[in-house]
Amino acid sequence: MSFLLPCPNCGPRDVNEFAYAGEVTQRPRAAPSQRELSAYVYFRRNVAGVQREWWYHRFGCELWFVAERDTRTNEVLGTELPPEKTPAATPVRSHEPTIPDAPVA
Amino acid sequence: MRLPHREGERIDRSRVVTFSFEGDRVEAFPGDTIGSALYAAGRRVFSRSFKYHRPRGLLCCSGACPNCMMAVDRRPNVRVCVEPVREGARVRAQNVLGSLDRDFLSVVDKVGGPFTPVGFYYRTMIRPRRLWPYYERFLRNVAGLGRLDQHARRSRRFDTEHRRAEVLVVGGGRAGVDAARAAARDGLQVVLVDEREVTPIEGVEVLTPARAIGVYEGGLVPVDAGDVLYRFRAERIVIAAGAIEQPLIFPGNDLVGVMLPEGVRRLVRDFSVKPGEAAMVVSADAAGLEVGEDLRAAGVEVAETIDLRDRQPRELFAHGRRGRVRSVVVDGRETVCDLLVMSGGRQPAYSLLAQAGARVEYDSSRGILVPRELPAGVEAVGTVAGELEPAAVPAESYGGDGRCFLCICEDVTEKDVKRAIAEGFDSIELAKRYTTVTMGPCQGRLCHVPSIRLFAREHETDAGSIGTTTARPPWAPVSLGVLAGRGHEPAKRTSIHHRHKELGATMMWTGMWRRPHSYGDPEGEARHVHEALGLIDVSTLGKLLVAGPDAAAFLEMLYPNRFADLKVGRIRYGVLQTDAGRIMDDGTIGRIGEDHFYVTTTSTGADTVIEWFEWWNAVWRMDVEIVNLTGALCAVNAAGPRARELLGRLTDVDVSNEGIRYLDAKEAHVAGVPCLILRIGFVGELGYELHFPSPYGEYLWDTLLERGADLDIRPFGLEPQRILRLEKMHILVGQDTDSESNVLAAGMPWIAKLDKDDFVGKWALEQVGERGFREQLVGFEMANGTVPLEGGQIVVDGRPGGRVTSARLSPHLGRTIGMAWVPPALAEEDTEIRIKVDGRLEPARIRLKPFFDPDGERLRS
Repeated sequence: MSFLLPCPNCGPRDVNEFAYAGEVTQRPRAAPSQRELSAYVYFRRNVAGVQREWWYHRFGCELWFVAERDTRTNEVLGTELPPEKTPAATPVRSHEPTIPDAPVA
Repeated sequence: MRLPHREGERIDRSRVVTFSFEGDRVEAFPGDTIGSALYAAGRRVFSRSFKYHRPRGLLCCSGACPNCMMAVDRRPNVRVCVEPVREGARVRAQNVLGSLDRDFLSVVDKVGGPFTPVGFYYRTMIRPRRLWPYYERFLRNVAGLGRLDQHARRSRRFDTEHRRAEVLVVGGGRAGVDAARAAARDGLQVVLVDEREVTPIEGVEVLTPARAIGVYEGGLVPVDAGDVLYRFRAERIVIAAGAIEQPLIFPGNDLVGVMLPEGVRRLVRDFSVKPGEAAMVVSADAAGLEVGEDLRAAGVEVAETIDLRDRQPRELFAHGRRGRVRSVVVDGRETVCDLLVMSGGRQPAYSLLAQAGARVEYDSSRGILVPRELPAGVEAVGTVAGELEPAAVPAESYGGDGRCFLCICEDVTEKDVKRAIAEGFDSIELAKRYTTVTMGPCQGRLCHVPSIRLFAREHETDAGSIGTTTARPPWAPVSLGVLAGRGHEPAKRTSIHHRHKELGATMMWTGMWRRPHSYGDPEGEARHVHEALGLIDVSTLGKLLVAGPDAAAFLEMLYPNRFADLKVGRIRYGVLQTDAGRIMDDGTIGRIGEDHFYVTTTSTGADTVIEWFEWWNAVWRMDVEIVNLTGALCAVNAAGPRARELLGRLTDVDVSNEGIRYLDAKEAHVAGVPCLILRIGFVGELGYELHFPSPYGEYLWDTLLERGADLDIRPFGLEPQRILRLEKMHILVGQDTDSESNVLAAGMPWIAKLDKDDFVGKWALEQVGERGFREQLVGFEMANGTVPLEGGQIVVDGRPGGRVTSARLSPHLGRTIGMAWVPPALAEEDTEIRIKVDGRLEPARIRLKPFFDPDGERLRS
């Protein structure tokens, strides 16, 4: 891998500065069946195309962010920090990732 | 033979530079290359060929061919024709047994033919098998080119630098310079790289000598500048790599004295060296023929000139004597000469363009490969784009007597290619791999196009339908040191590191940390903690502050046990797990305020845990801040029955068993240093972990040792700590657990509060609970003093049934103790199991409770 990844905080940097943490997944909301849990823990769509994925700027600002990348060309369509903090009033146990899954056609 | 001074020569005759060649002194002028100086001194044989050890001389004199590779200052495979002279350089020939002029291995050329056909290494010297070790030893000695200096350790330093440019121009010829100048005039930031010296250009950063070694994904162009590798990313990449003169394929085309026009031109024009006495010129283009004028000007007799555009000879071959050209025969007419200048026309050096993604097409009318359809951001200027003067397409090969070399790097002849095709290698990619044509040091510069033409002729097809082989980096030879960059052995040291060294500790690696293994007597140090007082540096622990209104809720979600009900000033042990229910890390969590938690992690897990916490918080966005205090804080653990007495001397707070209870966290000044005191018992005795600002590390360490001297305080290392923790059956994550372990099987079912609504790994644990597990972590004891290896096998009914994860001889208990994974059916107190030790099965008994102080009375006392 050799491309530039625009960190939302630091700007375009060499991809070697970052840690990759895979596709954005959807954590089950309530007690899942064994099949649902296995799908969440072990299965990835592994698309040949644009996917949303987690990156961590390990040798930089140490922020997690989400990138949209074409897995065929490594073209990065965009990056964004997770949305701003929710007010403290939000229920604490909202397990739903604030970055929803973006299914790819 | 130097010529008199000439206009435009690159040498400076006012000074003399000397270097040694094979121990002999050689004189040169500044501006010379090692190759030109040796040629001027009369040397004609520069190397011995890869396989047949045939003598080879200067051919291209431009750094393209393999003919002048030598070892310079122990650096192998240096192309001396482009290597500038350096005062005192030591130059040696390589790939010879004897000397360049008399190489004993050239016997391969004389008698080895039948034994070394193409692909011989797949066929000969295979049987009888028992002789293979001898063959192998012989082959290893003669194979390869230069030799690495095995004793050279970090003789040079290499660095990597990430660079940006608006425009990167590769190649400093006319087209490259024009492009760079034009871009600079447009106000762009321009960098130009070239292997040779380039006259400064206004507004352009010129890097020489520097070689672009490839074009990688995302337009990354690594540039080898000797001691630095520049990783360039440019908005526009302009390739001006030029074109390379191609050799003609005829018998005797590898003799010493056969040269390409550019080589002759450089010898005469740049270095004022007379290349020979009598010359013959055969060329497919005008540029090649023009060299006749240079030759005449240098006083060389041009005996014969053949313009391939006018006529194609049926027959062309060179006679040699002792590997040197003596005469050339063209259609029956023999011309005596010692120099044969030949050119099959020029081929665009398109490799970098192809690597960038350009398509390459064979232009049959011109007989060359040209780049087409350049990718965005990549441009080609000058001859590399295919803008070449008209030239004749030379014959695939010319007939005559003798060996006809297609590839001089790997000594592949025309006959070898025919044989490969006869054997069925009918795709160019496969034939390339089998014959190794284009795979040598020149990377196809001189053999790619000729091999495609020859291949097409043998297949009786058009060269355009053959296709090309894939162009891959590196385009220019690159030393491994440049690729490796600066030698890095990152080591983390605690702020008490030097005290450990002074106390005679043997240091060991734990992850990136350097830690004391022991101070000379691990068993004694462990016993001393039980009997009196020990002190250990635990600054390597990961230390995080988790703070904010949601801090308790955040930890509730990350850990399987409860933290919302943890009282301020209390500590709880926690295990981190993934959603797959796998153990990641463990540590203690102290609540030091309503919204403040002090979390410790394992020494090697700190970075992973911080990333893990930050990641979940990026998902949940709770009102929590996570601060990494690992480097900012030092930590020491004073443990042993006398620990309370020592602490009492150094602080004002009540250190009684009621003042600081087991699992209490208390902020206090110790010897004047602000500390967080954590009363925990990893080593099984009364103990206080003191966490405090790193700058006080040595001071507090010294103070504890001084004020505890009458209590016989002694430092202890990691090894004694491992014995002590094993006595308590405290697990080490990563040692006793692996990436498959879960807390239920690891014997900690009490930690999983499955009545909580949710926590990371809860659902997986529920399923493990329903399904059960195949193995369970237990303790074991052995009576007879044997200590099994960690990883040793447990045998159940003659089959492997488990494994040992930790084992030590406990000096305090006087027997072998350990931990192991066993089938759950055996996980009962006092069950006998058998462990393989040195091939024998030794008995052991299962223990489920800690070996030492099973009820924790000493910890709480």
